[in-house]
Amino acid sequence: MAANDGLIDAVKAAIGAALVDAVDAVGEVSVTVARDALVPAMTALRDTPGLEFQQLMEIAGVDYPERPERFEVCYHLLSVTKNRRIRVKVITDEDKPVPSVTSLWPVAGWLEREVYDMYGVLFSGNTDLRRILTDYGFQGHPQRKDFPLTGYVELRYSEEQKRVVYEPVKLAQDFRSFDFMSPWEGAEYILPGDEKAALPEAKGAPTPLTADQIKKADAVAAAAAPAPKAKTPRTVKKPAAKPRAPRKPKGEGAKE
Amino acid sequence: MSETALTSDVAEETPGDVEIQNYTINFGPQHPAAHGVLRMVMELDGEIVERIDPHIGLLHRGTEKLIEYKTYLQALPYFDRLDYVSPMCMEHSYVLAIEKLLDLEVPLRGQYIRTMFAEITRVLNHCLNIASYVIDVGALTPGLWLYEIREDAMGFYERASGARMHAAYFRPGGVHQDLPEKLFVDIGDWCDRSLKLFEDAMSLVVGNRIFKQRSVDIAVVSKEDALAWGFSGPMIRGSGIAWDLRKSQPYDVYDRMDFDVPVGTRGDCYDRMLVRMEEVRQSFRIVRQCLKEMPEGPVASFDRKVVPPRRGEMKRSMEALIHHFKLYTEGFHVPAGEVYVATESPKGEFGVYLVADGSNKPYRCKIRPTAFSHLQAMDFMSKGHMLADATAILGAIDVVFGECDR
Repeated sequence: MAANDGLIDAVKAAIGAALVDAVDAVGEVSVTVARDALVPAMTALRDTPGLEFQQLMEIAGVDYPERPERFEVCYHLLSVTKNRRIRVKVITDEDKPVPSVTSLWPVAGWLEREVYDMYGVLFSGNTDLRRILTDYGFQGHPQRKDFPLTGYVELRYSEEQKRVVYEPVKLAQDFRSFDFMSPWEGAEYILPGDEKAALPEAKGAPTPLTADQIKKADAVAAAAAPAPKAKTPRTVKKPAAKPRAPRKPKGEGAKE
Repeated sequence: MSETALTSDVAEETPGDVEIQNYTINFGPQHPAAHGVLRMVMELDGEIVERIDPHIGLLHRGTEKLIEYKTYLQALPYFDRLDYVSPMCMEHSYVLAIEKLLDLEVPLRGQYIRTMFAEITRVLNHCLNIASYVIDVGALTPGLWLYEIREDAMGFYERASGARMHAAYFRPGGVHQDLPEKLFVDIGDWCDRSLKLFEDAMSLVVGNRIFKQRSVDIAVVSKEDALAWGFSGPMIRGSGIAWDLRKSQPYDVYDRMDFDVPVGTRGDCYDRMLVRMEEVRQSFRIVRQCLKEMPEGPVASFDRKVVPPRRGEMKRSMEALIHHFKLYTEGFHVPAGEVYVATESPKGEFGVYLVADGSNKPYRCKIRPTAFSHLQAMDFMSKGHMLADATAILGAIDVVFGECDR
C-alpha cells in the first residue's frame, strides 16, 4: 500500500473548509468532515487528480452514547489507482440526517440502509431507506449501545395459531457479564501515580495509552536507546476518553 | 408473447390483442439456486426480468453485536461462521486487525502457514462456487468431482485445527498449533492430484456449448460500473481491472509469493467463472511455494500477554499458568485506536473495521462482507435478462448468506 505521506495536505487542499479534523493514526488516515459538506467533499475526494478514491468500500456506524452527537458514520474509501485508503467520518445524532452519497456511488444505497437499520441514522436523499438486515416490522436499532444484547422479543412457531409468534424474551439464565477491568486499568478515575504510566512492559499488557501513542513512544524510545534511561513521554495526563459499553448485567432487559 | 396461457382467463380476446401486465414473483427464500436464504422480489415482463429487489437479512444473527460482548479471543470463532465456505479467510482479516492495533509481529512460519491455509481455503471456496454454478447452469458431473477436492481440503482443516469447517485456527499472533510433518507431505500430494482432477473437471465445462450459452454475455459489467458498485475480488477482475489485495496491499508472506492475477476481458458471468478457475490453479501454485519455503521456527508470537503458552510449559512454569489463566478469562487488552484491515478473501475484499477502547472487548467490530455490495448490483446486472439467467448471475456473484447477513 502506498504511504500516506502528504495525503492529509492533499485532502485539505481538495476539500478546504469542510475538513474538521484529520488524523494519521496506526498507519491509517481518517478525516472528519462537516456533515452538510459531505457530498462536495466526497466528490472532491473521488474526482481530484492525485486523490482518486474511486471506490466506496464500506460505511460503518459507531455509537458513542456519551457524546452530544452520538453517532459516527465512517466511510471507507479506496483508490485502486493510487493504492490508498482513507476513512471519512461524519458526526450526527438520532435526528439530524446525513446527506446521502448514493448520487456518487450507487453502492451506498444498501450501506446507508444498513447504518439506518442498525443505528437509526437518517440519510437525506436516499430514496429507499428501508430496513435491510432485521425482520419485517422490527422495532428499535440493535447496534445502539443502549439496545440489550438479548433484544426485547423472541420468536417461535406456535402450534395453536399455526404461525410464527413474537413474545417478550425470557431468559432461562441471567445474562452474565463479568467485569474484568481492575481499578488499575478500566476505571474512569485515575489512581494516584497512573499519570506516570509510560510504555506497557509487553505488547498487549494493560496500558492507558492508545495504539498511536504507543507507536510514537516506541519511536522515541528507539531513538533514545543508547541512553540508560529512556525518555518517558510525560505528556500523558489521562487515558483518552474511554467509551465503554455499560457493563451492567443485561438479564433484566426482558421488557416489552 | 401475448399468446401465452397467462391471459387465457380473458376468453373474448383474440390472440395478439392482449397486453400482459408485469407480474411479480418471489424467488426464494427457499430456492435451491438462491445459495442460501435469499428472497428476491422479481418484477417480470413475461420471462424478462424488469426489476429485482433482493430482501436479505434472513440469516442475520447479530454477529457484530455479539462480538462487542466477547473478548477478542472469544469473538474469533464467530468469523468462521460468517462465510462458512471459506472460514480461515474470514479469521484472517480479524487477526490481522488485532495485530495491527497491538503492533504484534508474527513469526515467519506462522505467516507461511496462514498464507498456505488461506490458499487452501481459496481452493475450497472456488471449488464449491464453480461446482454449484455448473449445477445451476445444467451440468452435474464436474460438480461432484470438485466436491472430492473439497473433501480432502476439509480433511486438512481437521488435521490442522480439529474441525472440518469452523476451524478457529488463525489466532492473534500466529496460528493455534504447529502442523505435523506428514500433513505437509499430504498437502503436497493433494496439490498434484487435485490439480489433475480439477483440470479434468474444467475440461468438461470451459468449452462446453451449454455452459457458454448460459454464461457468455450474461450480466456484462463495465469497469466504471464495477468501481461504482464497490465490486472486489473475482467480480472486479472479471470486469478487467487487475486489482488483487494480495498483490497491491500484501499481508503475511504474499509479497514473497509468485503468482499471477487473472483478469477478464468482457465482464460477463463466463469471465468471472474463468477468473475463479485460474485462481484455483494459482492457489495451488502458492500452496506449493509455501510448502517449499516453509521455514522452521515458532508458529505464534512469544508475547505471553497475547498468545497463550504451550500446554507443556504450563506444567512446569507458574508464570505460564498465570498467563494462561488470565488470557482465557480476562483476555488481552488492545490499545485504543481504530483500524480497517481488508484481505483478499476468495469472494473479494473482506474487511474488518475494528474500534478498540483499550479494554479486553472490541468497542465496535464492523464486518465488511463481500456479497453485500455484489448482491446490491443484482438489480442492474439482471435487468433485461431472462428469468433463468438470474440464477446464473447469482451463482457467478458467489454469495454466502452467513457473511452477507452477518
